[in-house]
Amino acid sequence: MATGEKRKYKVIGTRPLRHDGVDKLTGRAQYGADIRLTGMLHGVVLRSPHAHAKIKSIDTSAAAALPGVRAICTSADFPDQVGRIVELGEGAVNMRHLSANVMAHDKALYKGHAVAAVAADSIHIAEEAAKLIKIDYEPLPPVMEVLGAMRDDAPLLNDDVRMTEMGTVKPETKPSNVAAKFLFTKGDVTAGFAKADIIIEREFRTATVHQGYIEPHNATVLWNADGKVTVWMSTQGTFTARQQTAELVGIAVSDVKVVPMEIGGGFGGKISVYLPPVAAILSRKSGKPVQIQMERAAVFEATGPTPGSFMRVKVGATRDGKIVAGEAWIAFEAGAFPGSPIAPGCMCVFSCYDIPDARVEGYDVCVNKPRSNAYRAPGSTQVAFAMETVVDEICEKLGVDAAEFRIKNGAKEGTRRVDGPVYHRIGMIETVEAIRDSEHYQSKLTGPNRGRGIATGFWFNAGLKSAVVATVNLDGTVSLIEGSTDIGGSRTGIAMQLAETLGIAAEAVKPQVADTDSIGYTDVTGGSRVTFATGIAAVEAAKEIQKQMVERAALLWEVDSASVKYEDGKVIGPAEKSFSFAELAAKIHEVGGAVIGHGTSSSAEQGGAFGTHCVDVEVDPDTGKVQILRYTIAQDAGTAIHPSYVEGQMQGGVVQGIGWALNEEYFYDDKGVMRNATFLDYRIPTCYDVPMIETIIVEVPDPAHPYGVRGVGEVPICPPPAAIANAIHAAVGVRMRDLPMSPPKVCAAVMQKK
Amino acid sequence: MSKKRVVSATINGNTTEFLCEPRQTLLEVLRNVLNMTGTKEGCTNGNCGSCTVLLNGRPVTSCLVLAVEADGASVRTIEGVACGSHLDPVQQCFLEGAALQCGICTPGFIMQTEALLEQNGHPTEADVRFHLAGNLCRCTGYDKIVRSVLAAAEFKRGEATT
Ligand code: FES
Ligand code: FES
Repeated sequence: MATGEKRKYKVIGTRPLRHDGVDKLTGRAQYGADIRLTGMLHGVVLRSPHAHAKIKSIDTSAAAALPGVRAICTSADFPDQVGRIVELGEGAVNMRHLSANVMAHDKALYKGHAVAAVAADSIHIAEEAAKLIKIDYEPLPPVMEVLGAMRDDAPLLNDDVRMTEMGTVKPETKPSNVAAKFLFTKGDVTAGFAKADIIIEREFRTATVHQGYIEPHNATVLWNADGKVTVWMSTQGTFTARQQTAELVGIAVSDVKVVPMEIGGGFGGKISVYLPPVAAILSRKSGKPVQIQMERAAVFEATGPTPGSFMRVKVGATRDGKIVAGEAWIAFEAGAFPGSPIAPGCMCVFSCYDIPDARVEGYDVCVNKPRSNAYRAPGSTQVAFAMETVVDEICEKLGVDAAEFRIKNGAKEGTRRVDGPVYHRIGMIETVEAIRDSEHYQSKLTGPNRGRGIATGFWFNAGLKSAVVATVNLDGTVSLIEGSTDIGGSRTGIAMQLAETLGIAAEAVKPQVADTDSIGYTDVTGGSRVTFATGIAAVEAAKEIQKQMVERAALLWEVDSASVKYEDGKVIGPAEKSFSFAELAAKIHEVGGAVIGHGTSSSAEQGGAFGTHCVDVEVDPDTGKVQILRYTIAQDAGTAIHPSYVEGQMQGGVVQGIGWALNEEYFYDDKGVMRNATFLDYRIPTCYDVPMIETIIVEVPDPAHPYGVRGVGEVPICPPPAAIANAIHAAVGVRMRDLPMSPPKVCAAVMQKK
Repeated sequence: MSKKRVVSATINGNTTEFLCEPRQTLLEVLRNVLNMTGTKEGCTNGNCGSCTVLLNGRPVTSCLVLAVEADGASVRTIEGVACGSHLDPVQQCFLEGAALQCGICTPGFIMQTEALLEQNGHPTEADVRFHLAGNLCRCTGYDKIVRSVLAAAEFKRGEATT
């Protein structure tokens, strides 16, 4: 189970040094904000001070007159998008909304919404010029909370938004803040609950939170005199950035080239574009390259967040501990424009369990907050918080062990989810067993106000499209070009799969992420898909290389290629002829040109990933502060390619989940102004807040991947809030149902109980 | 805009003269005037630690230091940590310990660690966590960073005794 016990593979499962490590350790790696172009201007975006306001007029004349100002843009400079729906690789997007998000049209819909931009010789001149832009606003009442925004008399954000039901809009529907309704059912939920001996129904709220990547958004754009646009940026997906930019500025996709710079974290928040279209327009108007880097406050106020939510979850079980029915009603804040992850939220709420009868209803609701975006397993953490706390309460009432209850009811191969799909081979139960059997879970926790909790989480894991090209070098190395931007070491994970297939060392592969003109279409680095799908593409490229190497050897030996085979990093021919990979690589030019392998992946679908977490906390009953004493995560990684980076994803996801659970929230005043848009006040965990995060890699290989890989990036964020809530209950006997479980809330709950 | 000033500082051991406006921060000058982009910007208000450099041996967030304050001072940045083509032990331990994912926080952590190990050759886990609490990392959960710092301390102790 744990890696390293038996060695099935030569490269997979080892821990080579990452290929980009030295560059990143010495400050040489070039991130988005590090590029310098001759004649480059600096851009600043002016943002709305109001959460909701009509923009009556914009006067840029004083700004334009400031020496050193080279270009100014507003929404008037962007082509009209008339509500086209465009597929952007991670779901369809209404282009009018995307355009209005990048630069407000007639209304500002959240504090921080972009309304104009300036490019100047220096950042300081641009900042001064932005202050000289006069905007006449007519402030409107904002609506900041999901249930309030659903009311008939709520202030309306978008007059072109009508509620769709399971994807279609009824003709008579009036404009509303409710953009979408989803309904999933399985079996007969009324009959299901009739079989229950115990029914628990609870309401939950979660606050808006941000991905919190340390690198702010950036873009450097040159609109050349030939109409070709080059974008240097840090992005999770060069191809989607290319398409969004082209669509928003109204030019052909092939006229835009996106060059991926190193990226300083994304977690889902660096898929949507904000700055490239703005910098492009400023570059077109000034004739010079323009660089914009977002300020940290704008990163909080205008990008990111993952939705705040309201949820009601009801679960029924029999006395002997079998779940018989589940029902959920979920509303997510989409932010200013439709598009919260409500659909995945609905699909995930009961995804860890085999529940015969279930019903889930969900709503996507616009509020005056930034347009929500993906954040690590989008939608799943919120619903896991609700479901896993209800499950804990059922276990408490029935007096059964929380791990055994999950094993008894856990989803497995053949279980049908409420939204329809039937699971292939998955490892949900294996992760609970790994926790149950762990030294941590078996150990005794003593001391006052201390408690232990567990929780499980699920994420689908995406497949989507990837492309790679691999070229054999004469010295026996292989250059690997891929389209997947590397956020956390994926270059090495992909290189290792190529190396394994060719039977060479990981160090003999030289991976590189290429721009959109240099590699085939590749979807975003997200959805826990890269090690899986780009890995499949790399394996395919390696197999092509194997074939060509066999042919070259046959030519060299003057034998029929059918008598030559590729085995274990060697090419073996008749009469004990053989070449090592490097020996043959040195000779390929004697009998031909370059040996190049291509690989793509498009249709493979992952089986989904599960993780179970165990946490010990200590609650200070006087202050409400929750200290994490010990944390263990068990997660199914299918096959761990590079265990260090698998552990790293697990640990990083857990700590983000701890932040979500205990501290993080957008704090708005009654005018809809975020009052904590800094890292000091929007407090993400520091290393002083957390202990070591113990990891157990469970390996239930995914049959959809040649080496059994399952993506690992997302699911680790799902269980922490519920696990911690359950631990708090075990410690001080209060049930927390409102995230974050910050000291004032925990303190109030403890006081109330007394 | 007020007049530019001439500032002379020792940066990574080299005497360096540069021109800057009084309002420019040391971070801005390093990145935009001297093109030393290894020092990263995450927030510009002292909250994230990614811009950490050593000013006269002490760790500072360079986004909160005015460049003119560096006049006559010695500044050490991430570009001055490796010795030629040899990684410093802290860098080596971070590399081996997989202490970085996206790597944007890494230069700041390395500089902060250099300062810690300068003062305290025997840090405990708690010492490390306390000392690095001003540096934010959103990717790693800190586990492998803390382990790598402890490993670097141990390596340096070994080096000192041999
Ligand atoms: S950029 Fe200086 S502390 Fe964040
Ligand atoms: S490695 Fe990404 S922020 Fe630390």
